[in-house]
Amino acid sequence: MMNINATGLDYKELNEALRQVHNNCTITNCLGQRFIAAGVSDKTLKISGIPGNALGAYLNGAKIEVMGNAQDAVGDTMNDGTIVIHGNVGDAVGYAMRGGHIYVQGNAGYRSGIHMKAYKEKQPAIIIGGRAGSFLGEYQAGGTIIVLGLNGDDKPIVGNFPSTGMHGGKMFLRSDCKGIHFPHQVHARPATEEDLNEISHYLRRFCFYFGHELNELLDHPFTVVTPDSNNPYRQMYVAN
Amino acid sequence: MKDHFIYPEFEVVRNDNRCIQCRVCERQCANEVHSFDPERGIMLSDETKCVNCQRCVSLCPTRALKIVKSDCRLRENANWADDTIKEIYKQANSGGVLLSSMGNPKPLPVYWDKILINASQVTNPPIDPLREPMETKVFLGKKPEKIKRNEDGELVTETTPQLELSMPVMFSAMSYGSISYNAHASLARAATELGICYNTGEGGLHEDFYIYGPNTVVQVASGRFGVHKDYLEAAAAVEIKMGQGAKPGIGGHLPGAKIVGDVSKTRMIPEGSDAISPAPHHDIYSIEDLRQLVYSLKEATEYKKPVIVKVAAVHNIAAIASGIARSGADIIAIDGFRGGTGAAPTRIRDNVGIPIELALASVDQRLRDEGIRNNVSLVVGGSVRSAADVVKAVALGADAVYVATAALLAMGCHLCRTCQSGKCNWGIATQRPELVKRLNPDMGSRRLVNLMDAWRHEIKELMGGMGINSIESLRGNRLMLRGVGLTDKELEILGISHAGE
Repeated sequence: MMNINATGLDYKELNEALRQVHNNCTITNCLGQRFIAAGVSDKTLKISGIPGNALGAYLNGAKIEVMGNAQDAVGDTMNDGTIVIHGNVGDAVGYAMRGGHIYVQGNAGYRSGIHMKAYKEKQPAIIIGGRAGSFLGEYQAGGTIIVLGLNGDDKPIVGNFPSTGMHGGKMFLRSDCKGIHFPHQVHARPATEEDLNEISHYLRRFCFYFGHELNELLDHPFTVVTPDSNNPYRQMYVAN
Repeated sequence: MKDHFIYPEFEVVRNDNRCIQCRVCERQCANEVHSFDPERGIMLSDETKCVNCQRCVSLCPTRALKIVKSDCRLRENANWADDTIKEIYKQANSGGVLLSSMGNPKPLPVYWDKILINASQVTNPPIDPLREPMETKVFLGKKPEKIKRNEDGELVTETTPQLELSMPVMFSAMSYGSISYNAHASLARAATELGICYNTGEGGLHEDFYIYGPNTVVQVASGRFGVHKDYLEAAAAVEIKMGQGAKPGIGGHLPGAKIVGDVSKTRMIPEGSDAISPAPHHDIYSIEDLRQLVYSLKEATEYKKPVIVKVAAVHNIAAIASGIARSGADIIAIDGFRGGTGAAPTRIRDNVGIPIELALASVDQRLRDEGIRNNVSLVVGGSVRSAADVVKAVALGADAVYVATAALLAMGCHLCRTCQSGKCNWGIATQRPELVKRLNPDMGSRRLVNLMDAWRHEIKELMGGMGINSIESLRGNRLMLRGVGLTDKELEILGISHAGE
């Protein structure tokens, strides 16, 4: 497999080197280079070190695995492919994501899955192993956001103001969500077996990537959050 | 809920001597104003539904119809104008935020009309554009700081990507969804024939229009609708929409009812689901963050496309533009407060933002003062209505202008300002198939090409009169402008002298 040693390369040089690669590739000594694999459709990429912001922006089918943490805006406006992070991610992971899957082993920052959307076969998903920061799924318009809270502590699974402006898609939080305040435009209820069946393939993939057992994930109540169609997020207008 | 406090704004006047009861008016009116009473054998009209779009008037074969403003008025009051009172009735009736369409109609200053253009007399000859070549072509993008030569002494001619336009005009952003398929087809075809660009707006690019890619600017807005690799690659340039002149500081909300069929497919959201564009880009809180989006787009398109950043003209626009010019953007587009819209809250449209003429002059000056004017090209919009406005904008410092309302008018819009209803009788601001087909793209594109051809001739004539034979020599040439009836402060901001000086 081809290797790119990122030492001394800026993001432009690194991406240029990446464009010359035609299938699988590793990047070693990655140190904050931004925009890695922006818009890439046809590669499998393994990164050691820390990629910078906007990793896999507009990703179009490639598979990226990061053997460590990643920074802000992972998978920004991603269209297809898979990103697997063996660590934590920064803010706005999967911003306006419209296809593909992002698996995060650890925690995610603010605004995860903001304005994620879906259309027919394009059904994006973000699976976060740890906790998510505030504004999780803000303006969510489609797709699936799953937060598992596997940190083994008592801190809340999500920060403040989850699902503000949510008007589509589904959110699954592996918690009874006591004490978490949801806005009145959404509906939060305990997950049924049917709900969990819907996400079982995501959970299986998560277990495969990060070495968990499915039973371990399912031995805990899940809360499902969906938009409340009777009380939509919209302004009341009068034609003038 | 019908508001009985409000008397209809318009009157439908039917000349019974001319009316032949052909019922064309009835068939043409999506607002259902006209109807036929078979018992009495006469045409009736319900003025409460009339928006004065002039469709029935234009198509009545015997010219039996006219729409006039009703003279049934509330008691005159210089403080409480009719519109102000009616807006209160509407809100008291509904509890809703007032929503309007198209540009600000208030009598606020139009600086274009207070600026006059110079001409050559005696000491320098005017140029006859019919006899001599005149260059209206412009290139938008970052310009080199200095001339570079390689080791062999040859000129290095590679530049960062440039947008080539045959004249300094582009059709500005109108999304598929806010306007119809046939309207987009007309714009795309006309732009291609003219060698200029049209702009997709934030609703994505219909698959049928990818062939017009070399003349297409694609938009990336906060909702990121329809944004993907192929969309970015199809375009001649990518525009990041930060703001819009008609509604600075707020986002967009296309109701689910308009997300039907191909609009849903192009935006890539399910039919009937609301399309919400949040007010901010939630990953942009600083110039550094903007730089990140600019460069993520450049990386995704391999540095082959210029990136435009579009902002609304607001109070600190010069400082904002200075930041954008340092963000890596190739082009800054500024939209003034008279700019049009498919729908905007009335209070925002009529009260937020500043006139484009002042914004343009102050931005151009600021970028020159800071020595970064060549970092970016400037495109301005927000009610550029004629070739004279184009020439004035270029002389104030613009590289090109954006026009949308003028383009809509060319396609048949009668500026009734009810786009938000989705019932455009001219087939422009609607998704109803029976209305969309009223706009024939052959005719729509032909009229757009005619309009721009006419403007191009006028631009050449105005330039020729000044003794200037190239747009490049007109840009920022404020000595060619004089103000009339402007205060010292206004003249200072515009950077022009008063007429007679």
